[in-house]
Amino acid sequence: MKSIEMEKVQEQLDRFTNKAVYVHVETTNGAYASHFDDKAYNVGAYVRNAEVTFHQAKIVGSGNAYRVGLKMEKGWIYAEGLTDWVMQEESKMLMAGHDREGRLMVALQISETPFSY
Amino acid sequence: MEKHVVVIYPHPDDESFGAAGTIAKFREQGVPVTYLCGTLGEMGRNMGSPTFANRETLPEIRKQELLNACKALDIQVQMLGYRDKTIEYENRSQIADDLKARLEEIKPSLVITHYPPHAVHPDHNAMGAAAIEAVSLMEPEVRPTVWAQAITNTYVEDLGKPHVINDIRPYLDKKMEAILCHTSQASGILGQLTDYENLDKDLKEKAEKRLGYEQFYIWDFEK
Repeated sequence: MKSIEMEKVQEQLDRFTNKAVYVHVETTNGAYASHFDDKAYNVGAYVRNAEVTFHQAKIVGSGNAYRVGLKMEKGWIYAEGLTDWVMQEESKMLMAGHDREGRLMVALQISETPFSY
Repeated sequence: MEKHVVVIYPHPDDESFGAAGTIAKFREQGVPVTYLCGTLGEMGRNMGSPTFANRETLPEIRKQELLNACKALDIQVQMLGYRDKTIEYENRSQIADDLKARLEEIKPSLVITHYPPHAVHPDHNAMGAAAIEAVSLMEPEVRPTVWAQAITNTYVEDLGKPHVINDIRPYLDKKMEAILCHTSQASGILGQLTDYENLDKDLKEKAEKRLGYEQFYIWDFEK
């Protein structure tokens, strides 16, 4: 993946509006967070291959981390802390946030075809 | 001497971090070892350092790393096809039936798995529970011994002293070789210990302390 460039990401996001797409959203602090720090909680959420349609998509942020919000007819999807992105096989848009050690903290991915399951 | 050893863990790299020294010792004795690996670690957070994997490429990368590690350890591997972080939501009896069928085919004298629920990661606990259920479903006269591995911070307080304490320091080079096959994961987990050969004395001692012993409890099926 490479560092997010807002204009390029916005351009790709716009390609997915007003059509049925598959979305992958996750955030995690790992399965060992409370193992290494007994005051911490393990927190995560994961949605893979939700079929949605959004009519508006926007990337916001500056510097080292970005937010992306997708507006649907009956709700919203957003992710924050995104740092990197790549177009996988030209059709799958992958965005992720990595910490300083390169570990994934958050991901938002959009594709017209399902992600492998 | 063992006839055949089956290792049952959920993730590519569990075998290397958890039992590579024990495995190497068995292989040195000529004992066949088979790893039943539950998932491909699809949900791993570590993407290499610097990152070279992403959520979509990680499964194939970790599959190759698993094959490399199993080659380094000279063991057979079967991939069970579950999905990382979801094993506890699966039907445990189905997993146990699948494991039992595989064990009846391989006929091991010893099974190594995680000690539920003292193994921290939900997949470790769920896979360990399914493995123990699989063995418990077997007729007592053909049941392999089970060595269960606990890794919580408090397992000694909770469970007492482990029954099997393997000093695997003579096999630490082999263990490091196996761990480092998991390129996408090793540096994130080990930090500076990855450059094992060039470590200074302090760090080498730290590595030996952290990785030089593999401990197990013998599961009591009468309880």
